[in-house]
Amino acid sequence: MMLVIAALLIWAVGWGLNIWLANGVYSKSGLTQIAVPVIFGGTIIAMWELLVRGLEVPGVILPPPSAIASAFASSLPILWGDFVQTIVKGALSGFAIGLAAALGTAVLVDRYDFLKRGLLPVGNFMAALPIVGIAPIFVMWFGFGWQSKAAVVVAMVFFPILVNAVAGLQDTTAMQRDLMRTFGARYWNTLFKLRLPAALPFIFNGLKIAITLSLVGAIVAEFFGSPTQGLGFRISTSVGQLALDMVWSAILVAALAGSLLYGVLVLIERRLTFWHPSQRG
Amino acid sequence: MRRLVPVLTVVLAIFAIWYVACVPMNVREVLTQAERAGAEIVPAAAAERRDAGALGLVLRNTAHLGASWSMERAKLPAPHQVAVELWDSTVGEEVYGRRGIVRSGTLSNRSLIYHGGVTLSATLFGFLIGTAAGVLLAIGIVQSRTMEMSVMPWAIVSQTIPIIALAPMIIVVLYSLGLDRFLPEGIAGLLPKAVISAYLSFFPVLVGMVKGLRSPDQMQLDLMQTYNASRGEVMRKLRLPASVPYLFASLKVGIAASLVGAIVGELPVQRGGLGARMLAGTYYGQTTQIWAALIAAALLAALLVFAMGWIERRTLRSMGVQA
Repeated sequence: MMLVIAALLIWAVGWGLNIWLANGVYSKSGLTQIAVPVIFGGTIIAMWELLVRGLEVPGVILPPPSAIASAFASSLPILWGDFVQTIVKGALSGFAIGLAAALGTAVLVDRYDFLKRGLLPVGNFMAALPIVGIAPIFVMWFGFGWQSKAAVVVAMVFFPILVNAVAGLQDTTAMQRDLMRTFGARYWNTLFKLRLPAALPFIFNGLKIAITLSLVGAIVAEFFGSPTQGLGFRISTSVGQLALDMVWSAILVAALAGSLLYGVLVLIERRLTFWHPSQRG
Repeated sequence: MRRLVPVLTVVLAIFAIWYVACVPMNVREVLTQAERAGAEIVPAAAAERRDAGALGLVLRNTAHLGASWSMERAKLPAPHQVAVELWDSTVGEEVYGRRGIVRSGTLSNRSLIYHGGVTLSATLFGFLIGTAAGVLLAIGIVQSRTMEMSVMPWAIVSQTIPIIALAPMIIVVLYSLGLDRFLPEGIAGLLPKAVISAYLSFFPVLVGMVKGLRSPDQMQLDLMQTYNASRGEVMRKLRLPASVPYLFASLKVGIAASLVGAIVGELPVQRGGLGARMLAGTYYGQTTQIWAALIAAALLAALLVFAMGWIERRTLRSMGVQA
């Protein structure tokens, strides 16, 4: 009972602190912008810990954060193996192949108007479909290894990148293209020097959608069959053993990997599209 | 007309590639079957065939490939096989089948209509929960600066996380809580899947709704102030109507995400649904069954997004927006 009261107290203190910070004189400063969400997250975790202990919630329903942290720390080698299997081998290799295929197709689609009118509606339609459903078929074709996961990822990331890249390639004005023509630039010169750079902000929008999809694809595909390694395998087997602290550790790895990859994408975007108004702020 | 011809060409090309791909994909099983029927296969030994490439086998045995498009458990079933399976497991099962709705009065548990219905109910239930939660939280975020600064960064970070990884755990935990003791039968079975659906549609709705509620510009807000409108009135009469176009854009994303959530949520519990159907097909090597379930899921997704678009057009028109 004491713990429950302590949890409510912590909530009141944390929320009060945030109200004070957010409406105070320093609310516009960068430090406050970071401090408020951090305090909020910390309060939630503290409440989770205290409530789970105070109400004696069984560990097979919701383990406390401390148990998750200790499971995470004690099984680092296993989780690292899972990370390499699912994220590096499955998601990232599929992401790279899908990116190359989608960009190649986008250039083709952009060049031939017939393809643009034919392939784009189909692509838009496919982008809305539950493509994860293809996972059982690909696992059957390419085996239980990382290859089948990469194939699912390719299928999932292809259409979002394609649709965005085609939209981006059309984002030059007639004036800019005319300027390139006065320089005597051929199709490929214009493509590499003007239109691809101009398409980059759009392409990065597609990539940001695709990077999360690639993790989803790699993890869900492992639910249909995998070697004895990988985040999806770890989650589904640990759920079967009711080892929920391990499940949460695997989810933590997936969450960290997702945020990390997204952050890397944002950094690359900032380097490559420094000229775009949204980056100059 | 300008678009119809190219789209049809692309669709036909996809089918053509599919038919051609059936040959190398199924060549090993086809040749084994032909050999059992007494045909001469090159190379004759099964061990040699196992190591040979699929294309080489196709080129050297062109005379025996007739069965490529009619294999029982093909690695890649031909489109017409999938179409036949789709027909059999919908109309065939319900209208002519012993357990179909025509003879027994209830939907057959082997038909895709039944399984699609299970998935659809979980999707819609979850979508409603997720949308309601997203809209409410968005209103809270716009009304309270503290809430915005605390919650919004986490909402954005959570978009980068493969939330679907939580699915198996949510299912098992919700089942182990024994909800069926408190809730009516139908809802208790639906709830775990719906929670995942809700979770997936929640964030797109939240982000879109916050954007929409913020869309009125300073001039409009000032006008409301000259009318001496309270915060609640500004919300009701300006912000909420202004957010509708944004809301619908996210609802279309959300409903597709909800369907994916429901399908993935059906994987761990084999109690019906398109996801369960796919997994069962994987276990028993029934590839046409997987493909039929996949096509059914695609049709369902297209139907849902289309329905959402229809509601969007109707609503916006009745609100007087030029769409």
